[in-house]
Amino acid sequence: MTSVERPWTLRVDRRTPEMASVELGGVWRKEHRLPDPSEVLREIQGAAPVHHLSFDTSHLTDWDSGLVTFASRVFAEARALGIASDRAGLPDGAQRLLRLAEAVPERQTRQSGRPPSWLARIGTRATAGWTASVVGLTFLGEALLALGVLFRGRARFRLVDLLSVIQECGPRALGIVSLISFLIGLILGFVGAVQLEQFGASIFVANLVAIAMTREIGCIMTAIVMAGRTGAAFAAQLGTMNTNQEIDALSTMGISPTEFLVLPRMLALILMMPLLTIYADLVGIVGGAVVGIGMLGLGPTEYFEQTRGAVNLASFFIGVSKSVVFGVLVALVGCLRGMQSGRSAAAVGLAATSAVVTSIVLIIVMDGVFAVILNALSL
Amino acid sequence: MAPDVTPQPPRITVDGLTMAYGSFVIQHDISFTVTPGEIFVVMGGSGSGKSTLLSHMVGLHAPAKGDVLYDGRSFCHAGDEEREQLRRRLGVSYQGGALWSSMTLAENVSLPLETFTELSPKQIGEIVSLKLALVGLAGFEEFYPSEISGGMLKRAGVARAMALDPDILFFDEPSAGLDPISSRRLDDLILELRASLGATMVVVTHELASIFAIADRAVFLDAETRTMIALGNPKKLRDESPEPRVRAFLTRGGPDAGGSTR
Repeated sequence: MTSVERPWTLRVDRRTPEMASVELGGVWRKEHRLPDPSEVLREIQGAAPVHHLSFDTSHLTDWDSGLVTFASRVFAEARALGIASDRAGLPDGAQRLLRLAEAVPERQTRQSGRPPSWLARIGTRATAGWTASVVGLTFLGEALLALGVLFRGRARFRLVDLLSVIQECGPRALGIVSLISFLIGLILGFVGAVQLEQFGASIFVANLVAIAMTREIGCIMTAIVMAGRTGAAFAAQLGTMNTNQEIDALSTMGISPTEFLVLPRMLALILMMPLLTIYADLVGIVGGAVVGIGMLGLGPTEYFEQTRGAVNLASFFIGVSKSVVFGVLVALVGCLRGMQSGRSAAAVGLAATSAVVTSIVLIIVMDGVFAVILNALSL
Repeated sequence: MAPDVTPQPPRITVDGLTMAYGSFVIQHDISFTVTPGEIFVVMGGSGSGKSTLLSHMVGLHAPAKGDVLYDGRSFCHAGDEEREQLRRRLGVSYQGGALWSSMTLAENVSLPLETFTELSPKQIGEIVSLKLALVGLAGFEEFYPSEISGGMLKRAGVARAMALDPDILFFDEPSAGLDPISSRRLDDLILELRASLGATMVVVTHELASIFAIADRAVFLDAETRTMIALGNPKKLRDESPEPRVRAFLTRGGPDAGGSTR
C-alpha cells in the first residue's frame, strides 16, 4: 500500500513485555479509512497480554475527530479488558476533547429501554383507542353545546371568520367539485350504457345516473373532496395555531376555542355542503346525459324527462341530509386533529394526514349506517 | 419596594401544587404566595417545569394535586362560572407572543374588549391605540403578526394581555430570543407597568440580568429533586442561600464566573 492511499501510520512499540506504546504518525483524518480500534487492540493482546497502554504522537502531522473517536474507543475497550491506559501522549487538543466528552456522564434516558412485549403493546393500543374515542365524543359534545350557545345568540366568534371560511370551502371548491362529479356522472353513464344496451334498455341509464348521483355518489364525492381540501386545511391551521400557543391564548382570555374556532368552521360546512352536493348532483346528471345523448343517441328531452321521473324527493333529500352530516364530520375531525396536534412542523403534517384519513373512513362508515337505517325505514 | 414588610393578604397562593403528565411528575409540593403589586419570578434551569407551572397557574392544565388561589378563592376547583370570572382578571403574555395570526395587531388587542365589554367600537379603537402605544407600537395597528419582528411580537402580546386591565399579569420567558437591548426594554416595560397600573406580575425566566433587575422575590424550581428549593429575594438568595445549586444558578456557575449584578 502506498502512502497516498493511507496517509496515516500505526506502529506498536513494546518497551517491556507488559507495556505497549502505540505510535501514530502522518495524517489521522476521518476520511482516510482509519484502522478498527478493536483489531488494533486484539493484535496488541495477541502477542502477549499487556497491562499498560500509552500513545506516542510525535510524528503526527494532522488530525481531526477521526483520531479522537479512535482513541476514545481504544480507551473504552482497554478499560473493559482491564488494561491501564495513558492519554498523555495524545495531542493536547485531542486530550481536551476527550475530557469534554467525558465531563457529563451518559444519561440513562427512558428511550434506551427495551421495547415492551406484544401484550403490553396491545394493551397500550387498546387504552389509547379508548381514550381517543372518549376525547372524540367529548369534542362532539362540546361542539354541539357550542351550537346550542349559538342558537341562544351568545356564541363568541367573528362574523368575518365565518364568511372567510365559507368563501374558502364553498365557492372556491366549485372547480374541483364540478370536475369530479362531471367525470363520475360520465363514468356511471358509461358503465350503465354498456350493460343496459344489451337488453335494449338504454333509456334507463338516465334512472341509474340520476338515482345514484342524488342518493349516494353526489354527497359522498363532495364529502371526500371536502375532507381532502378543507378538513386538511382546518387541521393544518389549527395545528399551527396550537404550535404557536394561539389556542392557549384564547383559553386564558376566557374565549372558548370551540366557539371561536370550531363553530364557524362547522357552520360553514353545514351551510356549504348541501349546496355543493346539489350542485354535484346536477353536474353528475349532466355528465351522464353526455353519455346518454352523445353515445346512445337518446333525445335530450327524452333523457331529461326520464331523469325527472326517476328522482323522487325522498332520494334527493336523503342525499342532502347525508351531506349535512358529512359536513359536520369533516369540520369536527379536521378541527379536532388540529387542536390535538403536537407542537412541531412534523406533528402539524401528521395532523393534516390523520384528519383526511379519519374523515374518509368515518364518511364511508356513516354512509353504511345510513344505508342500514334507510333500509329499515324502507325509504 | 418591600412587600415582605406590609402585611397584606396574598393575591396569589400556590398551595402544595403537584404537576404531572400522566404518571410523570414534573414538580411536586410547590407552595408560595405572591403579594399584591409584587413582581414574582419563577426561575430554574431549562426543563425544570417553569413554563408548566405558569400554565397551571393560568388554568391551561389541571394540577395532579394542590390548588392555586386568587385572593383566597380557589381557581383549580372553582365552577365554570367563577373560573371564567377569575380568568378575566389574568393577563398572559406568551413566549412567542402567540398573537392570533389571522388578525391585525389592533384586532388582536380589541378581541377581548369586544367580547367582554359593552364599549362602542370607537372607544375600543381608542383603548387599543393606547395599549399599543404603551408598549411602543403606536402606528402598527394594521400590521399582521407575520409582518413584525420577534421583539415587537412579544410587546404586542403584552398589549393584548393588558387589554382588559387585569390585576395579575403573567409573562412566559419575556427575554427569550431577544437581543440584550430589547430584553432590557421589556424589563423596563414590566417595571413601568407595575409602577403605573399597580398590577401583580408573575414572570417565568432564567435570564439572570432580568431576574436581578425586576424581581422582588423569586422561587427556584430544581430539575433534579423536582421541587422548589429556594424562595426569596434573588440577590439575597445569591449571597445567602444554603443551597449550592441556587447560588450556582444565580452566579452563572460560581462567584468568579462573572454573575451579573445590575
